Amino acid sequence: MNEYAIKVEGLTKRFGDFTAVDAITFNVSKGEIFGFLGANGAGKTTAMRMLIGLSKPTEGTGYVAGFDIRTEAEKIKKGIGYMSQKFSLYNDLTVKENIRFYGGIYGLSKKQITKKTTEIMEELGLFEVAKKPVAALPLGWKQRLAFAVSMVHDPEIVFLDEPTGGVDPHVRRQFWETIYQQADAGRTIFVTTHYMDEAEYCDRVSIMVAGKVEALDSPDNLKNQYDSETMDEVFLKLAR
Amino acid sequence: MKILAYLIQKEFTQIFRNKALLPMMTILPIVQLIVLSNAASNEVKNVNIVIVDKDHSEQSRLLTRKVMANDRFSLVSAPYNKEDAMETMQKNDADIILEIPQNFERSFLKGERPQLQILVNAINGQQATVGVGYLNSIIGRFNAELMSDIKRPIVNKNAQIQIASRNWYNPEIEYTHFMAPGILAELTALLTIILSAMNIVREREIGTIEQINVTPIKKWQFILGKLVPFLCVGLVLLTVGLIASKLIFDIPIRGNIGIIFIYGIVNLVAVLGLGLLISNFANTQQQAIFVAFFFILIFVLMCGLFTPIDSMPKWAQYFTLPNPLAHFISVSRKVLMKGSGLADIKMEFLYTFLLAIVFNSLAIWSYKKQS
Ligand SMILES: Nc1ncnc2c1ncn2[C@@H]1O[C@H](COP(=O)(O)OP(=O)(O)OP(=O)(O)O)[C@@H](O)[C@H]1O
Ligand SMILES: [Mg+2]
Repeated sequence: MNEYAIKVEGLTKRFGDFTAVDAITFNVSKGEIFGFLGANGAGKTTAMRMLIGLSKPTEGTGYVAGFDIRTEAEKIKKGIGYMSQKFSLYNDLTVKENIRFYGGIYGLSKKQITKKTTEIMEELGLFEVAKKPVAALPLGWKQRLAFAVSMVHDPEIVFLDEPTGGVDPHVRRQFWETIYQQADAGRTIFVTTHYMDEAEYCDRVSIMVAGKVEALDSPDNLKNQYDSETMDEVFLKLAR
Repeated sequence: MKILAYLIQKEFTQIFRNKALLPMMTILPIVQLIVLSNAASNEVKNVNIVIVDKDHSEQSRLLTRKVMANDRFSLVSAPYNKEDAMETMQKNDADIILEIPQNFERSFLKGERPQLQILVNAINGQQATVGVGYLNSIIGRFNAELMSDIKRPIVNKNAQIQIASRNWYNPEIEYTHFMAPGILAELTALLTIILSAMNIVREREIGTIEQINVTPIKKWQFILGKLVPFLCVGLVLLTVGLIASKLIFDIPIRGNIGIIFIYGIVNLVAVLGLGLLISNFANTQQQAIFVAFFFILIFVLMCGLFTPIDSMPKWAQYFTLPNPLAHFISVSRKVLMKGSGLADIKMEFLYTFLLAIVFNSLAIWSYKKQS
């Protein structure tokens, strides 16, 4: 069990009669970049919310960082980072204040917070805007900041829900460079995306259609299997 | 503990940065204080009274004269029996009936505590309520004078007129003095309920609460992290309101102002708990406002500010027990106007303390990090 960062079996979520996530099963190895693809409403966010302890599964089992998602959600939370689809840092707080707040509630010491703050500001080149409310930042910077803040406590696993939604290709590339850095440093990355070119950057991808995982393999294997040139083609064939 | 400090620090940063909150905390309460206190008091300049004197004694006539000497009362009629008096009231020509029983003077001198009866016209509730207040203080003074004037040895030391009505601690008969402390308590409680309920729901709407829910923070830490900053906001409101009431209406501060603040803390914790509880069940600010107003309406109507609790039906009186506002108003009136000490408000303290525990436990229990 412990060789996997995430291990999921038959995970299901129903809202009334509607099955948003339908018995999905997969494993994610430690240090892997796992792409979680699917069209709008496929159930990506719902599945992710069950993994990070925000939503109770209707059926099935799941282990994240070695802990049961049903019974040990609070233990899981110490070791994971989450960047939600909707930007959710405090818009009325400054860059520094946001970092300090999340560092603080993850239990970091003052020294660690100061160090983290400097690190993040350097990395993202945010020094000129450090004292501005986050609301004033361009979307690309906001997203990168949100990613950095989600890792303020050095989690083993990071969950990113459409982290590059709506940002321009240049920022997306920067974003993926950071993802690679983090994966190289040993972090497991679980990322959902709409962009099929981004799927190519992942070690393995799963493709979700209407709540079910329809395909799961490395991008190259999938392209072979579906006799396609690009992931886009694979996706279109599956979705049909 | 450190985690809590970060939560509180963040909340304060947001409060101080919020441009709408500061005027809401200063101007709004002052305006409301002035408007409500005055609007209510202007109506009650003239109270129509009917006096049924069944005793026809020296003392009963003296009391009648005292009442008539007060220019707020107009004596409509002085019939011999209560039926005639009731008829006048039915026609809405009288706000209050004062009935002086037979043998009033005699039983007073014997030290038997005679009972005066005050009947109130509920149609002109406001008029009557205030009238009863005036009347009570006139009778109170009459009683005191009687005790000191009549030094005959047959007068029992216990001689005292009993009034079958509530006592209003307002010897100056200054209506704003009576209303302002109540309105002050009301404002403080209501604004803090709304502010706290809206705050969490707003975090839910913009999604930041989810980001907090994926951290290992404990539920009580989250709730306390909201409670402490808004408690401070409430105390600021209370201070602003007290200063304004003193400056504008020159309200009396007879008791220890510290007691008001100590009780205020307990009361604010209770109402904040309710605000937080509401926010746990609301997904949008609109829902929160609706539910908050549901409680606020009931609280305001049944807090004794506009209708005295004693004149409510028994079942309604029990309903005021879980109403933190009723206790706050009672405490502020008692301490400010009557000069009561801790011992006199221990029941209010007890009930409010229980409410604080219940509301906050429910708030912590119903706050779900997982859906
Ligand atoms: N709380 C809820 N109650 C009822 N239905 C829900 C709830 N949350 C999500 N759904 C439904 O479940 C389905 C899957 O939603 P989900 O947000 O997981 O999709 P997604 O793959 O993340 O889509 P997107 O790419 O748009 O983010 C949708 O049809 C959505 O309407
Ligand atoms: Mg989604």
